Amino acid sequence: MSVWMWILTILIVILAGGWMFRKVGQITSGNTPYFRDMPYGVAVGYVAAALTLLFVITTYIKALSAEPGAEANKYFFFKLAIHFLLISAVAAWVFRWLGRQIGTAGTRKLFRQMPLTASFGILVIILYALTAIFAGAIAPYGQEEILGNANVVPGGDPNIGGDPKYPLGTDQIGRDILSRLIFGAQNTVGIAFATTCLAFFIGASLGFLAATLGGWLDQLLSRAVDALMAIPALIFALLLMTIAAVWANKFGIPLTLFMVVIIAVIDATRVFRLARAVGTSIVVMDYIEAAKLRGEGLTYLIFREILPNATAPLLAEFGLRFCFVFLTIASLSFLGVGIQPPLADWGTMVRDLGQFINFAQFAPQVALTPLLAASAIALLTVAVNFVVDWMLHRSSGLKE
Amino acid sequence: MSDPLVKIRDLKIEGRSDETWTPIINGVDLDLNRGEVLGLIGESGAGKSTIGLAAMGFTRDGVRISGGSVEFDGIDLLGASAAVKRGLLGKRIAYVAQSAAASFNPAHKLIDQHTEAPTQHNVSSRSESVQDGVELYRRLRLPNPDEIGFRYPHQVSGGQLQRAMTAMAMSCRPDLIIFDEPTTALDVTTQIEVLAAIRDIVEQFDTAAIYITHDLAVVAQMADKIKVLLKGDEVEEADTRTMLSAPTQDYTKSLWAVRSFERPKKPAVLTTATPIVSVCGVTAAYGKIDVLHDVSFDIHQGRTVAVVGESGSGKSTTARCITGLLPPRIGHIEFDGVEMPLDYRKRNKDQLRQAQMIYQMADTALNPRKSIGEIIGRPVEFYMGLKGREKRKRVEDLLAEIELEPTQYIDRLPSELSGGQKQRIGIARALAAEPKFIICDEVTSALDQLVAEGILKLLAKLQDELGLSYMFITHDLATVRAIADEVVVMKDGEVVEQGEKAAMFQPPHHPYTDLLLSSVPEMDPDWLSNLLNERGVDNIGDAAVDKM
Repeated sequence: MSVWMWILTILIVILAGGWMFRKVGQITSGNTPYFRDMPYGVAVGYVAAALTLLFVITTYIKALSAEPGAEANKYFFFKLAIHFLLISAVAAWVFRWLGRQIGTAGTRKLFRQMPLTASFGILVIILYALTAIFAGAIAPYGQEEILGNANVVPGGDPNIGGDPKYPLGTDQIGRDILSRLIFGAQNTVGIAFATTCLAFFIGASLGFLAATLGGWLDQLLSRAVDALMAIPALIFALLLMTIAAVWANKFGIPLTLFMVVIIAVIDATRVFRLARAVGTSIVVMDYIEAAKLRGEGLTYLIFREILPNATAPLLAEFGLRFCFVFLTIASLSFLGVGIQPPLADWGTMVRDLGQFINFAQFAPQVALTPLLAASAIALLTVAVNFVVDWMLHRSSGLKE
Repeated sequence: MSDPLVKIRDLKIEGRSDETWTPIINGVDLDLNRGEVLGLIGESGAGKSTIGLAAMGFTRDGVRISGGSVEFDGIDLLGASAAVKRGLLGKRIAYVAQSAAASFNPAHKLIDQHTEAPTQHNVSSRSESVQDGVELYRRLRLPNPDEIGFRYPHQVSGGQLQRAMTAMAMSCRPDLIIFDEPTTALDVTTQIEVLAAIRDIVEQFDTAAIYITHDLAVVAQMADKIKVLLKGDEVEEADTRTMLSAPTQDYTKSLWAVRSFERPKKPAVLTTATPIVSVCGVTAAYGKIDVLHDVSFDIHQGRTVAVVGESGSGKSTTARCITGLLPPRIGHIEFDGVEMPLDYRKRNKDQLRQAQMIYQMADTALNPRKSIGEIIGRPVEFYMGLKGREKRKRVEDLLAEIELEPTQYIDRLPSELSGGQKQRIGIARALAAEPKFIICDEVTSALDQLVAEGILKLLAKLQDELGLSYMFITHDLATVRAIADEVVVMKDGEVVEQGEKAAMFQPPHHPYTDLLLSSVPEMDPDWLSNLLNERGVDNIGDAAVDKM
């Protein structure tokens, strides 16, 4: 049977299954409103989800019972993903459960209303923060230390070229990957955090200023921001970084400093847009008029009257912006103009070890090396987004 | 007698707050016969709208019906399937919302929205329902009925939109219409024509209606019987005339009595005294268009000047000129005989301090992220230079002055207060500057009648104690009667008439004043009919204003 026939058959099974599911539900449950008013699309969704789950479980059982060798290699990443998913779900659940037991009444209430995704996100962020702060104490080796054995396979199994001394293996010139990942957290996350803070300082103050004063200043700032936003961000950053590389040599200023400022300015344009939009809806409020009529100055208006009312959307934006900044830094490093070696950085690690991905079919453990840094990036991005989603949900007052 | 059209028994509704369900309605019964109009009245939070929606078998998000039954023409609405309800709503039960402007989809023409229900329910074809729509517009006395439906909602005035919405509710000739405060957002002159139109059409088609409002005088014109609600409980129900002439419950009596508050008359001002505020020949413009034309009036020490008029008459613009937010194009403002800089940014602290404002919407007038202590404390610190313990002492004194327990409220946020309490905080903030003159911009129009009365009494008390002068902007003539010493009537940016209150309420007056006065609904159930007989249907509302 051709692929198309297969797809068609599965589609028909799902569509018919949805109708059957609802009908059976109506008959067996004595026509309760839940089944009676269930839209057809929802019923199909249930059936499709059940079939997908069934498929995943059978594949997982197959993966567990597979012979070591080519058969097991086929399922290597799938198995890893399932294990990771299960472990993180349990960890997030335990974390939330602990949060509900310990702490003040306020935090306990917070944890009670928290979805599992958010508690997972918070847990990951805490772990990243701890790793970044205590990198020097946790890492078994230094980030620049060359240890002799190059290309040790992760897993620590001597039979396939691993070494228990280096649980995640070593790179081409023999540096411990685990240590570099840990220091990478410090470098990449630390710099991303500083950059985001700078971007917010620039963007939010100018945005509120434009919103409060209006007139030609607003026009000037907004059009300048439009002009900056018209240029694709990554290419613009790449261009500026190339220029900055020359200056860095000439004036002896570290290139990283240039990178922080360049990315902050580019991202500040997005923050400006948000701050101005939120600001304009706040400045028309009567309490701002009352403050103006009282004779208050601009600083008081912006920081004491407007800012406290804009914190919710700005905080949510901070989370998202942090992810983008973080990805931009990793991308620039991947392209070779970001954080410079020998400093460990996840983007650079992905680039340096990238060609090992070709081994995925017959030696998946080897292909894992570049993916470790890549998944460190992905995990943090996902975690931050989970938390931001939850915060947005809360601040918008949507319940259920 | 046949079964009632709507039969609600022991209805219990709960709302979700902070993870627990709290009761909103505690067992209310309701019967409505065909062709009958029931008025639901009560303060905000009494559960009027919740019952209105429950009569359609519907609840808002975060609200659930926890007990009782709702039957519509023998159909159990609570147990009915979504398909059955879809067949009823729009076709046999219709709903008219408070703000028609927010309820119409701004992207579609009126007639397209009008024809949606009849075509969806297969009552009539599109062309038939367009014809029917035009006919309904004509019956509702909308101007240009043949073409008004082909306009977009923003091209039609508020009162006309509300009538178009009533026409839309009528499009399937439903058995029941629920009117949720349909005239609350309208001016008195506009309100009257909407009331007349709704009443006529409900009578013509013999439609049953539930009319939700907090305005007793309005409900007296519309309803056959009235049900009074208080915090989710029924207080009493009786037919309109009995209810108005002989209410049995204390709560109902107190509602009736609110309208009788009136301050004693003050002695006339000396003509030689310097007025606290004088508005001298002010003409002001937004952009290039003049919105105020040569407005002049004086406000003397210890007196209240009420500025009345419809929306768009320039009341609030006058206030903006006095405070300096909108510098006048011609003319000037004097405080205590001294000419003020026109722009507020050019006034010094002491000049700014002299005139304070209290706003209509206390919700937007208080910064939601600041505690009451901070909100009132800021002007104390800013103008008086008090800090630390002295400042706190002054804030506590101010709270005591506005009759709120200081220790209980000083650390709260505005969201933790009721509407009336918030308005009191707004008053305290104005008092903190120790002004001579306060502008009250529609301060009571967003409040329930009992609460509004409390605010008016507080303002009167403060005036007696501190010798304050008020400029009282309002469109509600009952409020004017209660608190004003002098009245300024405005129309299209001009002062049409001004003088002592007693003189203003006695004929003869300017025809516009007369129109305003006679358009205020009275508690007499025959008032609307009498007025219509007297003036004729074409001489009320906007039509009458346009003729001037």
